[in-house]
Amino acid sequence: MIDQSTSFLSDNVVNLKPSGIRRFFDLASAMDNVISLGVGEPDFVTPWNVIEASFHSLEQGYTAYTANAGLYELRQKIHEYLKTNFTLDYQPEDQILVTVGASQAIDLALRSVVNPGDEVIVVEPSFVAYAPIVSLAGGVPVTIDTNPDDEFKLQPQQIEAAITPKTKAIILCSPNNPTGTVLNKQELAEIATVIEKYNLLAISDEIYAELTYDEPFTSFASMEGMKERTILISGFSKAFAMTGWRLGYAAGPSSIISAMTKIHQYAMMSAPTMAQHGALEALTNGQKSVEKMKTSYRQRRNFVVHALTEMGLDCHLPGGAFYVFPSIKKTGLTSEEFAEQLLKKQHVAVVPGNVFGESGEGYIRCSYASSLKQLDEAMKRMKRFIADLD
Amino acid sequence: MNLNNEVILNAKLYKVGGEMDQKEIEVLQLLENNGRLETDAIAKMINLSVEETEKLIYKLEEEGAILGYSTVINWSKVLEYEGVTAMIDVKVTPVRGLGFDKLAERMYRFPEVKAVYLMSGAYDLSVSVEGKTMMEISRFVSEKLSTLDNVLSTTTHFVLKKYKHDGVIFDDDDDDKRIVVSP
Ligand SMILES: Cc1ncc(COP(=O)(O)O)c(C=O)c1O
Repeated sequence: MIDQSTSFLSDNVVNLKPSGIRRFFDLASAMDNVISLGVGEPDFVTPWNVIEASFHSLEQGYTAYTANAGLYELRQKIHEYLKTNFTLDYQPEDQILVTVGASQAIDLALRSVVNPGDEVIVVEPSFVAYAPIVSLAGGVPVTIDTNPDDEFKLQPQQIEAAITPKTKAIILCSPNNPTGTVLNKQELAEIATVIEKYNLLAISDEIYAELTYDEPFTSFASMEGMKERTILISGFSKAFAMTGWRLGYAAGPSSIISAMTKIHQYAMMSAPTMAQHGALEALTNGQKSVEKMKTSYRQRRNFVVHALTEMGLDCHLPGGAFYVFPSIKKTGLTSEEFAEQLLKKQHVAVVPGNVFGESGEGYIRCSYASSLKQLDEAMKRMKRFIADLD
Repeated sequence: MNLNNEVILNAKLYKVGGEMDQKEIEVLQLLENNGRLETDAIAKMINLSVEETEKLIYKLEEEGAILGYSTVINWSKVLEYEGVTAMIDVKVTPVRGLGFDKLAERMYRFPEVKAVYLMSGAYDLSVSVEGKTMMEISRFVSEKLSTLDNVLSTTTHFVLKKYKHDGVIFDDDDDDKRIVVSP
């Protein structure tokens, strides 16, 4: 029987390219005894006080919807948190929206600002969701390939080169997934100058803001003149180890936040209530846990960078997030070949760099959000793999 | 291998950590969590050479900051193993000029005694004792502990089950519950 159902699909979704991560997921899932450095989330379980606070809210009967924009107390806490940590001042009443993960915040941001045909600059290698969400919002993703010689740091002149009369916005991500690269204040200032000059909107995904290891983090929204043209995206997934709770937020100019809330109220109503109560506790009493996890990530980062360098894979020292992005060019293999052979021969899963954009070709993403024991074993296996190649 | 690159990288890494005290604390914390951590791994994590790390650990041992390396064992997993632990609350009359310390010492010198703490509150010393059987512990308490000069009373609590000891959860389910590859 011929399956008619595909004929119902929209062109939009049919034209969306399949995720390269999906293929690796299928390959790795089918194998036993795999050590995975392919995971984009913390290995830590959510801090107990957060879990407990969420239990408590359920016991108290907080099982209904919240306000569309999220619990007011939570928005108030987010306001304080952004102010204390990043010297940002967003009003809880109309400049903060609580969302279902940073993922939904990105989706809402793009749907709120993109007109059909508008171009949105995506800086690659990048988190895999940006370009598809731009397309789904009716926009055209225009990619910039950052250069490994610049440690994958976006250069202001690259933005200028990508700008056309149709350019509406640019998506920034520092600390970056997959490269771990962090842009410092000076670099952000130079980018801000270009953004202002061409009257662009910035969507700044700062979900890894807490996870910087060498220098204090600077928020793009805190750069002079940027607050009124930036949508700040963040959430609880990474720093607080709350990926499965699906909770994030956006902060920005009230007109944009209100537009995003308009879509949100129809499409989602509100973010999960029990997760919001957990997040409230995370912001109130969670900093100590964050610091502990951060120390551990920093130590593991150092460990992995040294181990990779020792086995002859070059990589820059990533200042944040929990990824290293070593070059595998000298093995003569493509990213996909390297990742696939490593998986088959040594049962170590990494993500081939090309799934994050063409400029990721020749690289692999290794997450160090794994126990040291796992990382140690993974590094030993990788070393064997590389030695066997020669 | 591109040695040049390695040197630059290391130089960059070394800059990061800050002064020595910070590294000492990090080493202590790492070893407290896992006494079997290899020196090579510690060295990589704190950006020191293996030799420097060995020296640092030796120094911490010499200074008595590191007292020893022990293993947390869940003896309930060992079927042949018989053993009981008791926590004993001890009330004492402190001896003039000696305070509690002398009495505590007379207790902690017994090898059966695994821990002794001076407590605030309803009693004075908390003594943890391990033995093969409840009988053995009872005998130790009645013959050795309660007969010490200045011991007023003892209350013995036997441990029925260990859930968590020294920060380690027994029977913890530490399976990785994440999907193998994700964005
Ligand atoms: C850069 C980046 N942005 C957003 C997300 C999605 O986060 P959330 O779990 O809050 O939807 C991720 C998760 O991998 C990410 O790496």
